[in-house]
Parts: sequence; C-alpha cells; structure tokens
Amino acid sequence: MNHLNRYTQQTKLPEIGAHGQEKLKNAHVLIVGVGGLGCPAAQYLAASGVGHIGLLDHDTVDLTNLHRQILFSEKHVGRAKVEVAKEVLSQLNSEVSFTCYNLRLDENNVLGIFKDYDIILDGTDNFPTKYLINDACVLLEKPFVGASIYKYQGQLSVFNYENGPTYRCLYPNHFYRDSDNCEDIGVLGVLPGLVGVTQATETIKMIVKIGKVLSGKMKLLDVFNMTEQLIRFERNENHVMLAKNRPLQLEQLSCGVLDTEKTYLDVRESYEEPRLVHSSLISIPLNQLKDRYPEIPRDKEIYVFCQSGIRSEKAIALLRKAFDFDNLINVEGGVERIIAN
Amino acid sequence: MSITIKYFGAIEDVTGIAEESVSLEQISSLEELKEHCLARYNDIKNLSFRLAVNQSLTDNANLKEGDEVAFLPPFAGG
Repeated sequence: MNHLNRYTQQTKLPEIGAHGQEKLKNAHVLIVGVGGLGCPAAQYLAASGVGHIGLLDHDTVDLTNLHRQILFSEKHVGRAKVEVAKEVLSQLNSEVSFTCYNLRLDENNVLGIFKDYDIILDGTDNFPTKYLINDACVLLEKPFVGASIYKYQGQLSVFNYENGPTYRCLYPNHFYRDSDNCEDIGVLGVLPGLVGVTQATETIKMIVKIGKVLSGKMKLLDVFNMTEQLIRFERNENHVMLAKNRPLQLEQLSCGVLDTEKTYLDVRESYEEPRLVHSSLISIPLNQLKDRYPEIPRDKEIYVFCQSGIRSEKAIALLRKAFDFDNLINVEGGVERIIAN
Repeated sequence: MSITIKYFGAIEDVTGIAEESVSLEQISSLEELKEHCLARYNDIKNLSFRLAVNQSLTDNANLKEGDEVAFLPPFAGG
C-alpha cells in the first residue's frame, strides 16, 4: 500500500502534508493503560500512522470493559489487553510497529521504558501511577498527555511540554479518600472515548508541531450538562524541583485501622489506597479469592472491605456460595469507614 | 456580593448540585468563601481539591461581584 495514499485525507491538510506524515511515521508514543482512555487513543494514533506505539497494561480484557473499550470484542475476554490491542491495531494499520509491556509500571521499570519514547500518553486509573508518570517525565524531560475521568466528567492537559506546568503544579498531592475507579463508581461508556481521542489529538499536534497544545490549561469536560471549561494554571518550580529530587516511587498512602481488635479482609488490588497497616489484615484481591480462600480464617468474624463496599459485597457472596463461609461481614462504605484518622 | 460556585467530580456528589449562586456580604476573599462552603458541605474537607477563580487556578484571591469560583478535585479514573 502506498504510504502517502493511505493518509491522503490528512496529508491534504497543508499544516500536515507529506512532511508531517513523515514526522508521525518516525514518532514513538507510549500508551500507559490500555483501557477506557488508552484504547481509543491507540486506535486513532495507529490509524493516523504514528510509526511506533508502545502498549503498557498488566490487565486482561473483562466483559465489563466492552461498553467503553471498543477496541476489544467478546472473543477477547480473558486475554492480555496489550496482546489483543497489538493484534487488532495491526489489522487496522500494518505499517505501525508495536511493543507490548504486559506489566504494571513501577519505580524500577519506568525510566527504562520511557526513554525509548517521545511522548507518553497517560490512560491510567490510579493516582500513584499518575504521579510516577509525572515524576519520570520530569526527570527525562518528556511531555505527557494526562487525562482522567469521573462518571460524566473528564479532565485533560498536556504536562511538562516545553517547560510548561507539570501534573504536580496542578495537583501537588492527593488524599487517600479520593481514590476511585470506574469499576466502583461507574462511567458513561462514551466519555473515555471522547477524552482518549482528545489525548490522541494533542499527541498528533505535538508530533507534527502544529496548532496550540493544551499546556498550562486543563480542559474540564462535563457531558452530562455538555459544558466545558479551560482552567489556566502555571508552572510551580517548587513542585517541579520536588519531582526532580525525590526518589522515584509509587507513593502509597498508608494508615492504621479504627478498631484494632477486628480481623479484616482487603479485597482490593494491591495498588489501591490507602493501604492499611494492621496485624490482623489479610489482603486478597477479588479475582484471586477462588484460589486463595483457604487463607481466610473461619473461626472468627472477618470484616471484608474494598474501596466503596461494592466489591466486598461481591466477595462475600462468592465466598458464601462457593466455599460456605458464614463469618463474613461487609464494611459498607468501604475502606474510609475503618481507618483511624 | 454575588458569586457563582461550580462543583465538580466527587465534590459535586457531596454538594448535590453542580452550580450555585451565593450572595454574601461578609465574604471578600477566596479563603473566606472556601471556609463558608466547607461549613455548609462538611464532607468536602475529606476530599482533595484545587480552586479556580474565573477559570484560573489560585490559592488565594480577593473576590469581586460576579466572580466564578470552581472546586476542582483530581480524577483518578481511566
């Protein structure tokens, strides 16, 4: 297939042209988190002819992903997201090369992976990874296109672009209580599509060097009321220096429990915050309970919790039905209700 | 003095409304408005957020008639 023919409709644009298309072909973009945001971004970047795309995610395709991650189909459920994404995107554009990272980003691998890319696209769903991406991009002087979603709302900005503001300049730190993910609180399927495609748009503009990049401004989209705001913010050298000087780490907030007499079962994933520090605490993520249920004592009351109380309820139903547990109590309202302030 | 306040994300869940207009005689600074809102919607204090006045992020500012203040929590979802 003729390389330029394929992209005729975008090379016709005088700002892009054959020259811009060549820049896209030579670009290396890493997508961290191949989920609600990462999937649509990956689809448009591959279709647009970005020459090399890195796909990083540790997760497998779940049926509940399909309402928003429309890169995936029913037949893909259970398979590694990065492998499926590479397969599907290669069919979309065989001229693009892909590197798959079927792993979780951490302080030990982040620099080695990021160094091979020009732009990082953040499609992650948790704060510790967002701060890790920010700090690594500050150290390596690379821009990243950040975005996150909540129910019907999305936030989007290009961070660390040509000495522009960083994620920490917008949100220097976070409390534990606002950790939340789509699994617990819900999200309208089209929302990450809109936001992820906008991330791809900013990525293409930075590669071709056209237009105004969304740096120093946060786009705040509300599809429920269909309103949009652009919030201006500035680079704060103190926050940038902090990111440069601190050791790279996945910052996890930890705290004690309110009632130290009780025994707890945490069914959240290992990265969810806050982590509880307590001697009688068992930590088994929901999807591992089928294999690891023998670790749970049956001779005393166990308080089961997650982030909001929804997954823990599911966990209890599963353990009761499949393994006859009768000593489990759900912590309604989630982790927030049992931490010591 | 009439100020428009916009709430987003989990803060909107606390307030139950996306936007409101308040008329406050005794308030002249962003800090005072924040205290007023935290007293009114107690659970906001459990959330992290930044404030913007007229679409500009700021920690302190003097408010004037017609200003728009936004409560902006970070989102984690992806």
